[in-house]
Amino acid sequence: MSVILQLILNGVMTGALLAVPAIGFSAMFAVLRYPNFAIASYATVGAFAAWVVNTKSGFGVGPSIAVAFCVAALVGALCERAAMTPLRPSGPLAAAIASIALGVVLENVVRFAFGNDLKAYDLPILRDMRFGDIRIGPQQAQNAAIAVGIMVAVFAFLRLTRVGRAMRAVADNPDLARLKGIVPARVELAAVLVGCGLCGAGGVLIGLDTSIDPLTGFRVLLAVFAAAVLGGLGSVPGAVVGAFALGVAEELSLLAVAPTYRAAVGFLVILIMLTFRPRGIMGDRFA
Amino acid sequence: MTSYLFFILTIGGVYALLAQSLNLIWGGAGMVNLGLAGFFAVGAYASALVTKGAGLPIPLGLVAALIVGAVSGLIVTLSTVRLRDDYLAIVTLGFAETVRLIALNETWLTRGSDGISGIPGPWRAELGPLFHPLYCVFVFALVLLVYLLVRRLDNAPYGRALKAIREDQELASFAGKPVLRFKIEAFALSAAIAALAGAIYGHYTSYIAPDLFQPLITIYIFLAVTAGGLGRPLGPVLGAYLVIMFLEGTRFIAEAIPGLAAVQVAAVREMLIGLALILVLRLRPQGLLPEQRRAIPAN
Repeated sequence: MSVILQLILNGVMTGALLAVPAIGFSAMFAVLRYPNFAIASYATVGAFAAWVVNTKSGFGVGPSIAVAFCVAALVGALCERAAMTPLRPSGPLAAAIASIALGVVLENVVRFAFGNDLKAYDLPILRDMRFGDIRIGPQQAQNAAIAVGIMVAVFAFLRLTRVGRAMRAVADNPDLARLKGIVPARVELAAVLVGCGLCGAGGVLIGLDTSIDPLTGFRVLLAVFAAAVLGGLGSVPGAVVGAFALGVAEELSLLAVAPTYRAAVGFLVILIMLTFRPRGIMGDRFA
Repeated sequence: MTSYLFFILTIGGVYALLAQSLNLIWGGAGMVNLGLAGFFAVGAYASALVTKGAGLPIPLGLVAALIVGAVSGLIVTLSTVRLRDDYLAIVTLGFAETVRLIALNETWLTRGSDGISGIPGPWRAELGPLFHPLYCVFVFALVLLVYLLVRRLDNAPYGRALKAIREDQELASFAGKPVLRFKIEAFALSAAIAALAGAIYGHYTSYIAPDLFQPLITIYIFLAVTAGGLGRPLGPVLGAYLVIMFLEGTRFIAEAIPGLAAVQVAAVREMLIGLALILVLRLRPQGLLPEQRRAIPAN
């Protein structure tokens, strides 16, 4: 029993980390209306930006994640403007394909600068906390708490700020939003900044647990997609629910299959969900 | 030098088959397959297991690759065919990763990361040095055969129906076309061609391993199809040979830059390939050989 409880707890904590980039992906999908495969590389870019300020300038975890958010947001906005915006009129498929190519370019910029070696963050080594048979790593708990803090900030942003509300309007009905005087280009820029920033922050959160390399983002890409599809593509609360559900499902799968098949759980979840309930758990309501 | 040339031409032919596979569904029905590398791998493993593993003759290996490829294509499309096409993109990407995971982990079947070596090639020992040029001719012939089949399909009512689906799925369905069946069939056929390319590759190099089926191969093929000309059977073949030349060219460009470590050379090459795809999509999305749009017949 305590094994299952431990797995569920681990799943919830992984789910929290996964939710951050999944929100970013889903928000961009809702506003820009194409699946952005470059999010993998934005996560990697963020992870490396945080690694630089963490190991070279001695930044703590919180400030490093803030730096990652900003760097990934900036890189994302520049790339979107330079590579994606001119292509978007050709339809979502052309944009999706170009975003993969863009991801390859960014991944290799990171590889060019930092090489293929694994890099680890500078973190204090802490003893696991124990509650009966249940163990929690303080670092994992802190990461999950930061992830939840980021989620709360995103929801506050979407509910309370003008830009956030405009984003929801465009996601729900772009034509109506334009009629109301919302400038689509500005909302799209905001979605890219927030979405790519969240992917960058998510890259750090995922890397803090283990180590990072140029493929860090690509390894979680499928899980991020699965979380977004599970919750409902284009829905921000859906991405959160989907991420937690996937995190728990991935951990529980350890009872049945080898840990190396974790990534395949995402694929299976996508297949089952699309076959039986393609709108996802929460449907496609943005927020 | 000549063996290098034959190697490049043969691999170019394998890419041409993959490009035909992608063009059939993307240029035909407007569906994309981001897991092309996965179907490529499935075919390579199927044929290797049937020939090296079970000791059956190579033609049976090719047939096995075609069947396994088509069945995988069915599995992937059945769940997404009713949805918007970007769902298919996500599912196919997941398929390729899952195939790689299975190839890595089911060591009893695939020997994991060590890969399968000693895959038989047709009369490899008897032909000796003649093997490379003759296999190259064989691949050429196969590319030509698939080209003729696809062109036949493209000109037939079937191809026209597919293109109608690409342009406007609902309209095609109003016109009485069984849209779902068309899409599933086209995807299964395309997946079978990709798997055949995998089998051809394995019997040529005699060695396959999960690391050879990286997602980057899918990018090469997208570059080949867009550069050559989407929606026209000859375009992807031309594009595939252009891409293989470009790939080899980037090797020389990257090595010509002084003071780079090996990993940086590899990074520069991959960057150039990504940039090339973005630039082609931006500057010449119709490719070198644009699709020929037939005029509406006058009554």
